Amino acid sequence: MHKSRAVLVVFFMFFMAFSFMSCGKEREARIKIGINAPITGDIPKVGEGTKYAAQMWLEEIEKAGGLQVGDKKYKVELVIEDNESKAESAVKANTKMISEDGVLIIIGPQSSKQAIAAGGVANDYKTPMISPWSTNPDTTRNRPFVFRGCFLDPFQGPVVANFVKEELGFKKAAVLYDVASDYPKCLAEYFKKAWEGINGPGSVVAYESFTTKDADFSSQLTKIKGSGAEFLFTPQYYNEVALIVKQARELGFTAPILGSDSWGSAETVKLCGPACSGLYFSTHYAAAGAKGQTKEFIDSYKQKYGYVPDDVGALTWDALRLAQKAIQNAGSLTGDIAKDRQAVRDQLAKTKDFEGITGKMSFTEEGDPIKCAVIVRISDKGEFEFYKQVCP
Amino acid sequence: MEFVLQNFINAMQWGSFYALIALGYSMVYSILMLFNFTHGDIFMTGAYIGFGAATVLLFLTASVGISVPGWLLLILTILISMMLTSLLGIIVERVGYRPLRDAPRASAAITGLMIGIILETGNLAVLGARRFSFPSLIETVTYNIGGVYFTNKKILIVGVSLFLMLLLHAFIRKSRWGMAMRAMSYDYQVVPLMGVSLNMIAPMTFAIGSALAAAAGILYGMAYPVLDPYMGVLLGWKSFVAAILGGRGSILGAALAGFLLGFIEIFTAMIFPSTLRDLIAYTIILLILTFRPYGFFGQPYTTQLRL
Repeated sequence: MHKSRAVLVVFFMFFMAFSFMSCGKEREARIKIGINAPITGDIPKVGEGTKYAAQMWLEEIEKAGGLQVGDKKYKVELVIEDNESKAESAVKANTKMISEDGVLIIIGPQSSKQAIAAGGVANDYKTPMISPWSTNPDTTRNRPFVFRGCFLDPFQGPVVANFVKEELGFKKAAVLYDVASDYPKCLAEYFKKAWEGINGPGSVVAYESFTTKDADFSSQLTKIKGSGAEFLFTPQYYNEVALIVKQARELGFTAPILGSDSWGSAETVKLCGPACSGLYFSTHYAAAGAKGQTKEFIDSYKQKYGYVPDDVGALTWDALRLAQKAIQNAGSLTGDIAKDRQAVRDQLAKTKDFEGITGKMSFTEEGDPIKCAVIVRISDKGEFEFYKQVCP
Repeated sequence: MEFVLQNFINAMQWGSFYALIALGYSMVYSILMLFNFTHGDIFMTGAYIGFGAATVLLFLTASVGISVPGWLLLILTILISMMLTSLLGIIVERVGYRPLRDAPRASAAITGLMIGIILETGNLAVLGARRFSFPSLIETVTYNIGGVYFTNKKILIVGVSLFLMLLLHAFIRKSRWGMAMRAMSYDYQVVPLMGVSLNMIAPMTFAIGSALAAAAGILYGMAYPVLDPYMGVLLGWKSFVAAILGGRGSILGAALAGFLLGFIEIFTAMIFPSTLRDLIAYTIILLILTFRPYGFFGQPYTTQLRL
């Protein structure tokens, strides 16, 4: 017994020694880019899309022999950290990448819950960060070093409200959202405000919530059904969407159900099946029927990983291209990481009319892009069909 | 009225899961005086094994070309998953708890948590980032009686849960093995002197508890068909609350408290704004425990734990 324990201890010591050894790599002139993604946790598919898009981008850089900045070619290295889809872990990941790895810029985190917390760290340490997918205003508010690659919830809420009013002509709305998560909670509020602005107070007849990881929504849905709402708006993530839609139908709620950009995952239809066909949601881009560089990206992603990339993949790609352009526009890198970070930030803030695969963008002073949203309809085959474009 | 009835049905279904899982906590506690914190993750593993079994069965019947009725596949899936998951329960007992049987209880509880994390992250490492959709083995039929909606799956879930609880009750009350378990729950240090081996009874308890959790996992997969490596965490914790509420070590208490918890959660959401659901629901439970600190059927410090 004691012998085997001793062996175990020795084994662990070797293991530790090895893991320390790998840290002592020599330093050469290379650019490190941090990726802060939810590889594990509630929404691993989002993390996977982020990672795949980043790896595709890196391959392209490597094919060109490195990243050309001024007259020098730099090798690029990705530092991918898992934030477990938790705010604390996202903060930890950012702190590590900034202080230990010395990354020039950070891409991520994706969800607002993590991005709001992690953005504070990036700004404090004066490291530029682009969150590709976080639509909550707080992520970039008063943070000169934090940018994003997508539109904002105060824009998205009214987009959905107007769409329902114009296309479907309903008067009474119900909302079901996760009260413990920043993104659904704020978007639900913006939607409610916009809807009541159009249809007058009291037109949101049911405003129900649940908590992250709940799977049973029967009592909320029973309430919603009893409220006489003509449709349900639920800005939830893909795993919850499938459960909400199915349970609503089983409880006899037959009205349309609408969603937001968090629905736009490749998983939504897989989990939800035919119950989701014919439903609408607002999002960043529509994969079906894409043209030009968007199509090129979709095709090569599909060829590599076997499925059509969702909006997270596309937005991450755009964020990396934004970062790449900003680094190149900086002209030259001094090697002093603090100075270089400042230079990259300044270039990012100047971005104008950047042609991304999710649309054209120019940054405002807050670091938010001005860009269009699309309304997507889930077809009977389960594809995300372009339905309508809405621009600010 | 139909509003209340609808929520009654909702609560019966939701309570079934708490009850089935709480039973596993209570049984292990009554034998070994420790809470098996791996239990929520055993439930998760049971659901995944059921998913695997159902997928294989569907594939086999499709490739052979015979049509097997859905209910038969479902029964097979439940049986296979219960069997394999009880094996997992036995392994957890052997690897995780037996070496620590004389260690402080806190260490054993930590071990349970660790094994739970290993199961979660192991699942994520092996199966990757995808969420799986539990195959619908039987066609969903929705009934509407006077505005109250329910599906055949809801009836099935509540029915199977009650059946399993009765089966467990009969086993513990009527069989020799059940008698040995009851004896062990009085004193696990003295009873072995009379020829009943704790190394037989403890694995058996884990096996039965895990089998029930597996059945709960499959029923859960039918009602909420999105499988997730972390699906057992919250449900496990809340079922643990039910086990405490029922009285530590009391089987009947665990089952009743499981249903009660389901009812409290559903009906607080019905009466109050759903934002306050957990706040109000768990305040009620806190109040109950203030007045009955040992739960409904529990007894203070005891050699008199009843199975």
